[in-house]
Amino acid sequence: MKARQKRLVLVLIGVLGVAGASALIITALRGNLNYYLTPTKVMAGEVKKGELFRLGGMVREGSLKRDEGSLDVEFVLTDYTSDVTVHYSGILPDLFKEKQSAVTKGKLDASGRFVAEEVLAKHDPSYMPKEVKDSLNMENVEKANAARNAQIDGSKAAIQKPATQTKEATQ
Amino acid sequence: MIPELGQMSLIIALAISVMLGLIPLYGTFRGNSSYMAFARPASYAQWVFMAFSFGCLVYAFVTDDFSVRYVATTSNSALPLLFKVSAVWGAHEGSLLLWGFILSTWTLAVALFSRSIPAVMLSRVLSVLGLIAVGFFLFLLITSNPFDRIPMQADGRDLNPLLQDVGLAIHPPMLYMGYVGFSVAYAFAVAAMIGGKLDVAWARWARPWTNIAWVFLTIGIALGSWWAYYELGWGGWWFWDPVENASLMPWLVGTALMHSLVITEKRGMFKAWTVLLAVGAFSLSLLGTFLVRSGVLTSVHSFASDPERGLFILVFLLLVIGISLVLFSIRAPKFASNATFELVSRESGLLANNIILVVMACAVLLGTLFPLITDALAIGKISVGPPYFNFIMVPLGVVLAIVMGFGLLMRWKKDSFSRLWGIVWLPLIFALVAAIILPLVFAPEFSGLSLMGLLISSWIAFTALMWVIKQKRSPFKLSGTSWGALLGHIGLAVSFTGITLVSVYNVEKDVRLAPNESYELGGYQFTFLGVKDSQGPNYTAYRGTIDITRDKASVAVLNPEKRTYRIQTMPMTEAGIDAGIFRDLFVALGEPLGSNGAWSLRVQYKPFVRWVWLGAILMGLGGLFAAFDKRYRRLSKKAQTTSQKTSNKEVYA
Repeated sequence: MKARQKRLVLVLIGVLGVAGASALIITALRGNLNYYLTPTKVMAGEVKKGELFRLGGMVREGSLKRDEGSLDVEFVLTDYTSDVTVHYSGILPDLFKEKQSAVTKGKLDASGRFVAEEVLAKHDPSYMPKEVKDSLNMENVEKANAARNAQIDGSKAAIQKPATQTKEATQ
Repeated sequence: MIPELGQMSLIIALAISVMLGLIPLYGTFRGNSSYMAFARPASYAQWVFMAFSFGCLVYAFVTDDFSVRYVATTSNSALPLLFKVSAVWGAHEGSLLLWGFILSTWTLAVALFSRSIPAVMLSRVLSVLGLIAVGFFLFLLITSNPFDRIPMQADGRDLNPLLQDVGLAIHPPMLYMGYVGFSVAYAFAVAAMIGGKLDVAWARWARPWTNIAWVFLTIGIALGSWWAYYELGWGGWWFWDPVENASLMPWLVGTALMHSLVITEKRGMFKAWTVLLAVGAFSLSLLGTFLVRSGVLTSVHSFASDPERGLFILVFLLLVIGISLVLFSIRAPKFASNATFELVSRESGLLANNIILVVMACAVLLGTLFPLITDALAIGKISVGPPYFNFIMVPLGVVLAIVMGFGLLMRWKKDSFSRLWGIVWLPLIFALVAAIILPLVFAPEFSGLSLMGLLISSWIAFTALMWVIKQKRSPFKLSGTSWGALLGHIGLAVSFTGITLVSVYNVEKDVRLAPNESYELGGYQFTFLGVKDSQGPNYTAYRGTIDITRDKASVAVLNPEKRTYRIQTMPMTEAGIDAGIFRDLFVALGEPLGSNGAWSLRVQYKPFVRWVWLGAILMGLGGLFAAFDKRYRRLSKKAQTTSQKTSNKEVYA
């Protein structure tokens, strides 16, 4: 092979490689993006049945119900505008609590119930996922917070929130 | 008093790093050898002041000085001593101080162990490291001072319970040693570009440093994965979390760099590419720090974020990349090489390795940043899940493995497939046999994926063995580089084996068990004997007892715990694990259910999970062997005598 032919072959291999890699990445991206939705958007019908998405919000007080004989649980996620009931079977994460934020991943089933495959909660009690924070109906949150803050001891507020770097288990 | 001394010391270190960054560099342009001679003592002094500063913070933690804000937010008087020390890097400010301290340690090491390098080059390398230090020390002092005072607190807020663990005591320092270690390769590349002499020498000097940094990063990532496995409670060992990705990207590019340095050193080729990889590896390390610290990502590594900090690192990152690219474009004509190679040759193999690794890194980068991009463009809040990463990394990993086997056996410059077939048929047969026989021995069912995974793993391992056998030397006379390549490749094969088998044959089940009920999984009988209260030094716990039997013979008794730490009142799952080379048995407590003492439990059978980390240890060992190859020492002696003669000439040239 002459030097020029060799270069041509190399360039061709390079182009094919880049094209292959791009195709791979695009295919992978197309199939595996999960939109984050708020309860309001879900209730507005912005999601098709059977499509995997993430749903986040605050766990409504008093909404957590466990089945007696199995690992089935249900709870309500709210953005203080709309509510969605989440059905899940399995163990909830350590920091999952009522009146705290949580993000779930799942689909609407044939009857329109939201069934979660995964429930994520954070691993630092003072942290709230940015998406959840952005999506809450802030007026209603402030009302809820004002009531709670009245009870918190002022001296504790002197210390900054801990900046802990932790991992959260997916499930 | 002590914290103030620590802060003073940090400020002095900053002043020294400014001088280290400017004076020797200026000296190299002026040919002033006394200015250049300043580099080494300045590096020593910088380390002394950073060590003292770091020591002061450790002292504040050990003595429970809760008038320091950082101590008050991350430590507690009831914390065991080991965790008081590891709490120093348990949060943002302290881990940055550790970053800075490690940077000064690498600078010290370069100053100490690079006596053979010409004075001009060494001065430039140390100056570049000094300039990086200026950025980091400023960042520390301006945005994240760990020595800030607050009114004395009665007690501290405690370390996050997840971090109260031996694995976490060593994981961040290891990881940072790796991240920061790439600054040395970067400094060598930039120094070579400043000098405009892009010969093979810089690659030879940079190689051992790159290898050592890579070893630390490899071990650091493995430790993080192991820690996530047993401490996060749920038995996963990789989550494709942004912060994990942040450490994987420099590892991928660093691996490419290690291999491309080989070509640059041996054949004087791919010089530009190697320089870009050195810049890339360090930039990705900085990007990792930025991603973790700025809070721009919804990471599962959650932390209170601070936009100011993120902006500072972003600007710093842009400077690091920008300056080196400007230098690169100025020096572009110098990168030319007149060496050639055929399509089938070791060079092509290494080139393919590099391209695959860089594509992998780009894919991970895209997947990690994609949510940020769509959010910024207001397209919507999107997350990229693990399937994306698996979809890309698995096929690329397979191609990489095939190339690895051929590449090692190929000759430099020119080779032919007919000659290669004459060698590879033997390892190929061995690999096929291993991939078919092994699953028959232990696996419950056939799986195409595991066949594929075992085939490529044993292909990597047997070709590496073949390569060493063909060298026809006794193991004691084998060079460090050969040992390095052998262990590195076999280590990856071991990790691939572990990843394949645990992914395919993992059995996992959430169950509800009342006392004395049992559940069978993977051939093992898990019997739940109930839960009792128990007390730890700073927590209370429910302690479960699970008796595991196989064919009526006792295998293990596991005691998973559900702890509640007193200060942060945070519940935490402590898994019970029976570890073994061929399988782990894993039990975690969920929640109490009902009134009859029943609990939800997660039971798992994880075959070969240890191999994932065992492989990383082997790779690390390989990297060490390669870094301490005698050749570098011999060369350095030779270089010493010649460089002393030439260094004066070079200075005034």
